[in-house]
Amino acid sequence: MSKDVVTNIILRDDEDYIINMGPQHPSTHGVLRLEVCLNGETVKYVVPHIGYIHRGIEKMCEYDTYKQIIHLTDRMDYLSAHMNNEAVSLLVENALGIEVPERVKYIRAALNELNRIASHHLWWSAFGMDLGALTTFFYGLRDREKILDIFDESFGSRLLHSFVTPGGLMHDVHPNFRKNILEFVKYFRKKLPEYKKLLTDNIIFQNRTKGIGVMSKETAIAFGVTGPSGRGSGFSCDVRKIAPYGIYDQLEFNEVLYSNGDSFDRYMVRMDEMVESMNLLEQIVDKMPEGTEFTAKMKPIVKLPEGEYFQRVETARGELDVFVVSDGKKHPYRMRFRSPNFSNMFTLNILGRGLKIADLVAISGSLDLVIPDIDR
Amino acid sequence: MILEIYSFSSLTEAIDTALNNSMAPWLATLTELVIIGIVFLSFYALLGLFLVYLERKVCAVMQNRIGPNRVGKWGLLQTIADLIKLLMKELIPIKNADQFLFNLAPYIVIAASFMAMAALPFAKGLQAIDLNVGLFYIMAVSSLGVVGILIAGWSSNSKYSLVGAMRSGAQIISYELSVGLSLLSIVIFTGSLQLSDIVASQADGWWIFKGHIPAFFAFVIYLVAGTAEINRGPFDLAEAESELTAGFHTEYSGIKFAFFFLAEYINMFIVAAVAATVFFGGWMPFHIGNWQGFNAVMDYIPSIVWFFGKTFFIIYLIMWFKWTFPRLRIDQLLTLEWKYLLPLNLINTVIIAFIVLMGWYF
Repeated sequence: MSKDVVTNIILRDDEDYIINMGPQHPSTHGVLRLEVCLNGETVKYVVPHIGYIHRGIEKMCEYDTYKQIIHLTDRMDYLSAHMNNEAVSLLVENALGIEVPERVKYIRAALNELNRIASHHLWWSAFGMDLGALTTFFYGLRDREKILDIFDESFGSRLLHSFVTPGGLMHDVHPNFRKNILEFVKYFRKKLPEYKKLLTDNIIFQNRTKGIGVMSKETAIAFGVTGPSGRGSGFSCDVRKIAPYGIYDQLEFNEVLYSNGDSFDRYMVRMDEMVESMNLLEQIVDKMPEGTEFTAKMKPIVKLPEGEYFQRVETARGELDVFVVSDGKKHPYRMRFRSPNFSNMFTLNILGRGLKIADLVAISGSLDLVIPDIDR
Repeated sequence: MILEIYSFSSLTEAIDTALNNSMAPWLATLTELVIIGIVFLSFYALLGLFLVYLERKVCAVMQNRIGPNRVGKWGLLQTIADLIKLLMKELIPIKNADQFLFNLAPYIVIAASFMAMAALPFAKGLQAIDLNVGLFYIMAVSSLGVVGILIAGWSSNSKYSLVGAMRSGAQIISYELSVGLSLLSIVIFTGSLQLSDIVASQADGWWIFKGHIPAFFAFVIYLVAGTAEINRGPFDLAEAESELTAGFHTEYSGIKFAFFFLAEYINMFIVAAVAATVFFGGWMPFHIGNWQGFNAVMDYIPSIVWFFGKTFFIIYLIMWFKWTFPRLRIDQLLTLEWKYLLPLNLINTVIIAFIVLMGWYF
C-alpha cells in the first residue's frame, strides 16, 4: 500500500474554518460539494461529498432491456456519450458472440475520437476559466461546435446521441461523414497552435500549474486514477493499448505519457491526446470500408445467457468498466459501472492538501471531473 | 500649445462672472459648487455605464463574439437597461449581518472613487480643484476604497466575502507602494505634485519620451500595480469567481451591488487618467521636436479629445490584460510585488533622481 494512502486520513476539529465549495459553486463543474478546511488561504484538508445528482442508473438498468440501457449510459459521463454507449454494446456483442460489420467498427472508432476531442475542448475551456482566463471558454467552444455539427448532421443530437447500440449503430451516418471529419481535422490542426499561444505558453498559467498537485505514480495506481490524469503521472493505463477493443489494434497511435504528475502534465497529456486523436481520425477515414451496412443481425429483444460479463473501454476521462450479472432474462440481474471520475476525484485531498485554495480549483480542473458520472 | 479657442477657461470664467454679478458672492460660490456637483454626478454615471458597455464590447472582440447588439443601436442602451434592472431589484437583507456596516460599505467605496475625480485635469481649463498636492490627493482618496471593501467583507458574515476582503486588503496595501513610487519618479522630473504643473511641464514632450527608459519602466510598473490596485484581472483575486463566487460583494444585491460594480469601473478610469496625465502629457497634444507643420496640425485637435483618447487607450490596455491572462495566486501576487516590483522600482527611482541631478533629460 502506498504511503499516500495511509496518510489520507482526515482528522476533523471543532475549531476548523470550513468553507463549503458547492453544490452550487462556479468551479466545481456540477453539483459536487467539497468541504474545504482552511487555515488562512491554505487548505488543511478536502472532503468531497457526493450524491447530489444520484439518479440510480445502475438500479434502473435492472428493469430495462439491453437496448434501453444504452440511453441511460449517455447520462453518466455526458461528454463521453459514445464511449459509454460502446461499453454496453461491446459487452452484449461479446456475450452473444455477434460479429459486427467492419465498417461499423470504424465508424465507432471515429465517433469515439471525435467525442474525445470534443470532450477535451470543453475541458480546456473550463480549465482556463478555473484559472481566471475567461477567453479560453469561447475558443474551446468555437472548435467544439464543429464536432457537434458533425454529430448533429448524422444523428440529430449534439450531446446525448444514444447512437451506438448492441449489434451496430442506430442507423447509417450521413454521406458527408468522411468529408466532414477530414475538414474538421484540417481546420483544427490550424487552430490548435492558438491554444498554445493563448494558454500553454502563458507564464502565469505555467506558474499556476507546474509543480502544483503532484500525483505520484504510486498514488495514481493506489487510487485507480486512469485516463489522462493517470497518464500524466506516468501510469500506462490506456485501455485502447492494453486491452484493445473494436478496431484499435489495427490503428497506429501513441499512448501519451508524462512523468511529473503535476497539473501541467495532466494538461499536456490532454493537449497531446487531441493531436493523437486527429491522427487516428485520418487513419480511420482512410481505411473505412465503403458500403451502407450499419448493423449486424440482431433480435429486437436481446437475452444474455446466464453468467457474468465484463467490458472495459477508454472514455475521455479514463477507464469505464461495465460488469453485468445475467440470469438469462431480457434485462440484467445486476449491473455495475466503474466510472473513471469517481476514482479520480478522491485524490483531491492528497493533491490539494497544504496548497492554496486557488490551487485546489486548478487541481480539480486538471482532473477534468464530470459529476453525473461520479454519482450515476 | 493647444489653441486658445479650445480652452474651457473662457466658458468657466464667463459663468463665474455672470453668477457674481447677479447674486451675493457666497451664494455664487454655493451655486457653483452645486453646478459642479451635478455635472460630476451625471458625468460619473454616464462614464460608468459607458465603461461597462466598452468592457463588454472589448471582451466580445477578444472572444470572437459580437457583444451586446439588441438594445438600441449597437447595443448602446444595454447598460442603461441593466442599470434599470439593478435599480428595481430587491435589496436582500442578510440575516446576522452587521446591518449598519453592511449598508455603509458601498457608499465608502463609491465616495472614494468620486472624490478622486475632482482633481483630474480633463482639458485645458477644465479642472474642478487644482490642489498643490493633486497627485498625492488622488492617490490618498482612491486608496480609501479598500476600507469599504474590508467593511463589506467583514459585515457580510460570509466566509467567501471575508476571504475576498482580506485578499483585497493585502493586495491594495502592497501595490499602493509601487503605484506611489512609479508616480514619484515622474514627480522628481517635474518637481511639483500639482497636476496642472505636471501637464504644463510636458508641453514640449511627454515624460514617457523625455524620461528615457526609466520613465517607460516606471509606466510599465504603474500599469501593473494600478491594475492590481483596482482589483482587475489578472489580479482580480478579491472577486475571483471560480474560487470565491464573487468575493467581497457575494452577499450584495440590487443597487448596492451596482455601486461596487460602478466604483470598480470608475477606479479603472482614474488609474488610466492618472497614467495619461503623468506619463502621456494629459491634455497636451503630441509634438515631435521641430516639425512645425506636424505640431501645428496636432494643436488643432481639442485638448479634451487628447485627454480622453489617451485615457481610453490605457483603459483598452487594462481590458486587454484582463481578457487574455489567467489569474495569479495570492502568494504569487505578493511575491511579484515585494520581491520584484518594489526593489526594481526603488532602483529605478534612484536612477531617475541621478538623471535629474545630472540634467540628462530633454
